[in-house]
Amino acid sequence: MKKPESTFKNMVLALTVIAIFAAVILASVYSLTKDPINNQQLAKRQEAIRAVLPPYDHFDSKPVEMNNGVETTRVYKAYDKNNVLVGAAVESTSNNGYKGPIDIIIGFDNKGVIVNYSVLAQHETPGLGSKMDTWFKTSKAKQNIKGKNAATSNLNVSKDGGEVDAITAATISSRAFLFAVRNAYFAFTTNMVVQLNSSNIKTESSGHTLNDTTNTVNNSGMKGGKQ
Amino acid sequence: MNKSGTSILFNGLIKENPVFVLILGMCPTLATTTSAVNGLSMGLATLFVLFGSNVAVSMLKNFIPDKVRIPAYVVVIATFVTVVGMLIHAYFPAIYDSLGIFIPLIVVNCIVLGRAEAFAAKNTVLHSALDGVGMGLGFTVALTLLGTVRELLGTGKVFGNEIFPDHYGAIIFILAPGAFIVLGYLIAIMNKVRKAG
Repeated sequence: MKKPESTFKNMVLALTVIAIFAAVILASVYSLTKDPINNQQLAKRQEAIRAVLPPYDHFDSKPVEMNNGVETTRVYKAYDKNNVLVGAAVESTSNNGYKGPIDIIIGFDNKGVIVNYSVLAQHETPGLGSKMDTWFKTSKAKQNIKGKNAATSNLNVSKDGGEVDAITAATISSRAFLFAVRNAYFAFTTNMVVQLNSSNIKTESSGHTLNDTTNTVNNSGMKGGKQ
Repeated sequence: MNKSGTSILFNGLIKENPVFVLILGMCPTLATTTSAVNGLSMGLATLFVLFGSNVAVSMLKNFIPDKVRIPAYVVVIATFVTVVGMLIHAYFPAIYDSLGIFIPLIVVNCIVLGRAEAFAAKNTVLHSALDGVGMGLGFTVALTLLGTVRELLGTGKVFGNEIFPDHYGAIIFILAPGAFIVLGYLIAIMNKVRKAG
């Protein structure tokens, strides 16, 4: 077959036909992969939340969102069997990473002690900053942030006068990570003040006060129907 | 062009290896080979795109007017890259996380457009498919090799299996300068081998 001439009509026609074909293919692959992509992102987050929480019975599937203008934090509160708050998983971001935003989930128990953390997304230098997913969990006292009470500990790198050793040769990444941790704790306390007070009330009066405050966020909880 | 299928297939592996001989597609080559697995998966993603775009371009070559052939090829390539990106995201999330931005950037990998323009636009569908696979394999082998060497020297691991303890590793091989150093040595070795053989 002879090649069509490069007239305006032929050129527009050829490109249009190709673009339509491309659009159809892309649309079908998109609809095919949309659910798996959503599911695995959801599963990843759920798994991270489970991994960082203290022992719990159920947690809010809908987080409380807070935005300080730059970073958004999401607080997933967790409860025991009697609906008493045991802690929360906080998703927190820092934009101060070496190569882009750092997204972590960190779990606190109801006294503000760090239970565990998990790095959801980071783009730090492989072999340096990327070590953050295990570095702050290693058993060395000055690296480990697990078991530290965020209220009383100075969660800064030791270079800045804090009590956490930065990742070797990745101080910027460490700073950004700890910033996200502190920001998460801030969101945690802001959300907890009301809750903790009401759980104190609960021990003295009937449980209604607590249920009234928690139900608003807990309606769609993981086992919300159980209450 | 009267070439046999096998010679076209092996052409991309050794004689015209895109990384070691043609020195094409350096951006993903240097950036994604921080570990053997990353190199391998980047290579395989590019292989799929090369195969798909070569076949599509050689099928379409008689319908595309000369003056719009480059835009047309770019649309075809971009489609394949986006498809690969979505599939990796859906079924291999770990690979998607580690390759990140470099999957969509396969679009601008000059090997892909280069083979579409230099080979697929002039040859039959079968030969173009073989060329795509051969070039893709050459790219994959090169990236895996580069990734393996960098991972071994940088962290003491190969495909995540520890060969020697982490702290003997030279971090520089994981970073950008290490990529250039390793690539330089590999090209030198390849040149030596090709001249001898």
